[in-house]
Amino acid sequence: MSLRPLRTPPETELSPELLVKIHQLMVKARVLEERLIQMYKQGDGYFWIGGPGEEAFNVPLGILIDKGRGLQHDYCHFHYRQSATLLAMGVDPIDSLRMMKNTATDPYTGGRNFVGHYSIREWNVVPVSSPIEVQYSMAPGTAIAQKRAGGRGITIVTGGDAGTAEGDFATCLVWASRPANPLPMLIVVTNNKWGISTNWQGQHGEKRISDRGKGFGIESKTIDGNDPEVSYREIAAAMEYVRTERKPFLLEAMLSRLYGHSSASGANKILDEADCLVGFERRLEERGLLTRAKMDELRAQFNAELSAAHRKVKDEPQPDPKSIFDHIFSEKDLVRE
Amino acid sequence: MVQAIRMALHVAEERHGVTDIFGEDVGPPLGGAFTATQGLKTAWNSPLDERGIVGASIGLGLAGCRNVAEIQFCDYAFNTIDLLKLGGMIHWSSNGDWNCPITIMTPVGSGIRGSIYHSHSFDATATHIPGYKIAMPSTPRDAYGMLLSCVVDPNPCFFLVPKALMRVRTMAGEEIPGEPGDDKALSKMIDAPLGDRSKWQPSWPDTPDLFVPFGEARTMRQGRDLTVVSYGRTLPLCVKAAETVAGEGIEAEVIDLRSLWPYDWARIAESVRRTGRVLYVNEDTEVTNFGEHLIRRTVDELFYDLIAPPRLLAGAHVPGIGLADSLEMASVPQLPSIAESIRAVARTEP
Repeated sequence: MSLRPLRTPPETELSPELLVKIHQLMVKARVLEERLIQMYKQGDGYFWIGGPGEEAFNVPLGILIDKGRGLQHDYCHFHYRQSATLLAMGVDPIDSLRMMKNTATDPYTGGRNFVGHYSIREWNVVPVSSPIEVQYSMAPGTAIAQKRAGGRGITIVTGGDAGTAEGDFATCLVWASRPANPLPMLIVVTNNKWGISTNWQGQHGEKRISDRGKGFGIESKTIDGNDPEVSYREIAAAMEYVRTERKPFLLEAMLSRLYGHSSASGANKILDEADCLVGFERRLEERGLLTRAKMDELRAQFNAELSAAHRKVKDEPQPDPKSIFDHIFSEKDLVRE
Repeated sequence: MVQAIRMALHVAEERHGVTDIFGEDVGPPLGGAFTATQGLKTAWNSPLDERGIVGASIGLGLAGCRNVAEIQFCDYAFNTIDLLKLGGMIHWSSNGDWNCPITIMTPVGSGIRGSIYHSHSFDATATHIPGYKIAMPSTPRDAYGMLLSCVVDPNPCFFLVPKALMRVRTMAGEEIPGEPGDDKALSKMIDAPLGDRSKWQPSWPDTPDLFVPFGEARTMRQGRDLTVVSYGRTLPLCVKAAETVAGEGIEAEVIDLRSLWPYDWARIAESVRRTGRVLYVNEDTEVTNFGEHLIRRTVDELFYDLIAPPRLLAGAHVPGIGLADSLEMASVPQLPSIAESIRAVARTEP
C-alpha cells in the first residue's frame, strides 16, 4: 500500500520565546515529579508513578492540545505518565501533590486514585486509569463523535510501548482506520523500551511500533522524543494532518524512563538513560537563550514553590470515610450539560 | 419481545437522543442476530471486537452521545470485564466529575440449545460490577419500558435480554399503546423482509414514552403460602409452576424482580413477612449467585419472620451448558424442578 506522503514538518527553528517556555515547563514538570518521589519516600503517599524523562515530548504535546470542553476541542485519553502534558495545559502543580497525598482536596479523584490519574471534564481529559491499555479501546468513541460533528477537534490517546502488546492497541488501530469511518485520532506511543522490569527487545519482534500502523494504512512515524524541538514540530505536523484530513496518525516517540517504572521499582534515578533536559539546556546555552545560572535559578525557584506546596498539602484533610458511597450513580447527565 | 425492543430503540433514537446503536451485525443488512435492530436509522456494524465495542461505547458516552452497544451473546462479554468495570467506575473514580450514559445490551441465558458458548448467564457477573443499573425483563412490555429507562439514564446500564423469551408474544392486556395488536400486522410493519432489504423501510407504529422504572418489581401472582422471586427466563416458568401447585392447595406468590440493581427489596420483604417462606429462582450458576445475596439479606433482615429456610434454585455449578437436550435440561431450572422446589419450601415443617 502506498501512503500519501505526509507534509514534512518545517525545519525552521522554533521561536526563542517558545523554546524558553518549553524549557520552563520541562523544568517545572521534572521538579514536580522529583517532589512526588520525595513525598513517596517520606511517607506522604502510598505509591508513585509518573513521567520524569518524558518532558521533551509531553510538554510540546500539552502546548499544542486544543484544550476545552466538548466536541470542538481535543479529547485526551492519557495514561499515567502525562503530568508534564497537564502542566503545559495549565494545571496547578499543588493539585498533583494532593493526588499523591490522597487528600480530600485532590480535585481529580478526591483521594480515590493514584497520582498521575487526572480527570478534568472542563478540558476533555477523561479519567486516567491504571490498566495500561484500556484508553486505546475507549478513544475511538470520542473520535466517532468528533468525526460526526465536524470541525477541527481531535482525539489524542497516549500509552507506553509495553501496553501495545495488549489487544486494545490492535483494537485502536482497527477502529481508527475502518474504511467505513476513519477517525480523527492522534495515537501516541511513548517508547521507553521497558515494561516494568522487562526489556522491549526480548518481547517485541517488530522493529518499530509505528510499523504496525502501516498495515492499516495509517500515517505513522517514529521520532526522537528526547528532543523537544523535534517533538514540537512532529506533533504539530501530525495534529494538523489529523485535524484537516480527519484520519488517524500513529506517532511513536523514543524517549527515556529516568526513575524506573514506579515506586514499586524503587523510583531511583537511572543513570544510563539519556536525560532530555541535559541536552536541551546545553543547546539553549550554546544559542545564548539562557545561562546556566538562570536555569539553576529557575529550578531553585520551582523547588521552593513545590516545597511550600508540600508543606501545605501535608496538613490537608483525608477523605471522609462516609464518602465511599458518594458518586456511585450520577443524578445528572453531566456530559450533555 | 424482540419487536418491543426494536420499537423502544426506534423511540430512543427519535425522541431521546440516542445517536449510536452498534455492535456485530447490528446494522444492515442483518439488523442483529435476533433481529432486534432492524430498520433503525442509527444502527451500524462494528468490527467483530467486543473490547472495541465496549470501549467505543464508553468513549461515545463521555462525548455526550447516548448509545446502545450490543454484545451479540453475553458469552462473549467475558473478555470485556475490565472495560465494563471501567465504565461502572468513571463517575466514582472521577469523584463525580464525569458520568457515563451508556447501555450495554446483550442476550443472556439458555433456552435455544445454544451449547456452551451461547447459553451463559450474566446476572451474577453484572451484579458484581458496581456502578451499573441492571434491567432484565421477562415480558415484551417490560422490555420496551425498561430499555427506554436505560437509554435516558445518565449512568451505565446493562439491558440483559433472556434469549429464550425473545420470541414470546405480548400477554393480553399488556400491549404497548400504539402497537397494532396483531402479530402479523406488526410484523408486516417492522420486520425486514427476507432477501434483498436494501430498499426496505420500516413503518413504525406510534408508540409512547413508557418508562418502567429501575428498582420496581412486579407481583405477577398473589399467594399466601410462599414467595417466589425470579426474573428473566425462569420467571414465566415460576408463574406456570405456581399455577400447577395451586391445584395441590399451595398458593405461591410470584414476584418478577425486573431490575437487579437497584432492586425492590421493599416488595420482597413485604411479601416474605406475610408468607414466611421464600424461594429465589434464576439460572446463573449457583455459587456466588445473585440469589445468594438475596438469601443473605433475607436471613439478615427477615430471620424472625421465616417459617422455613430460604432456598435458592439456580443453575448447576458446571463450566457450561451442554448441547444435548438432556444436558441443558439438567443444567438449569425447568418447570418440574421449579414446581418441586415450591412444594419443598411450602411443605417444610418448622
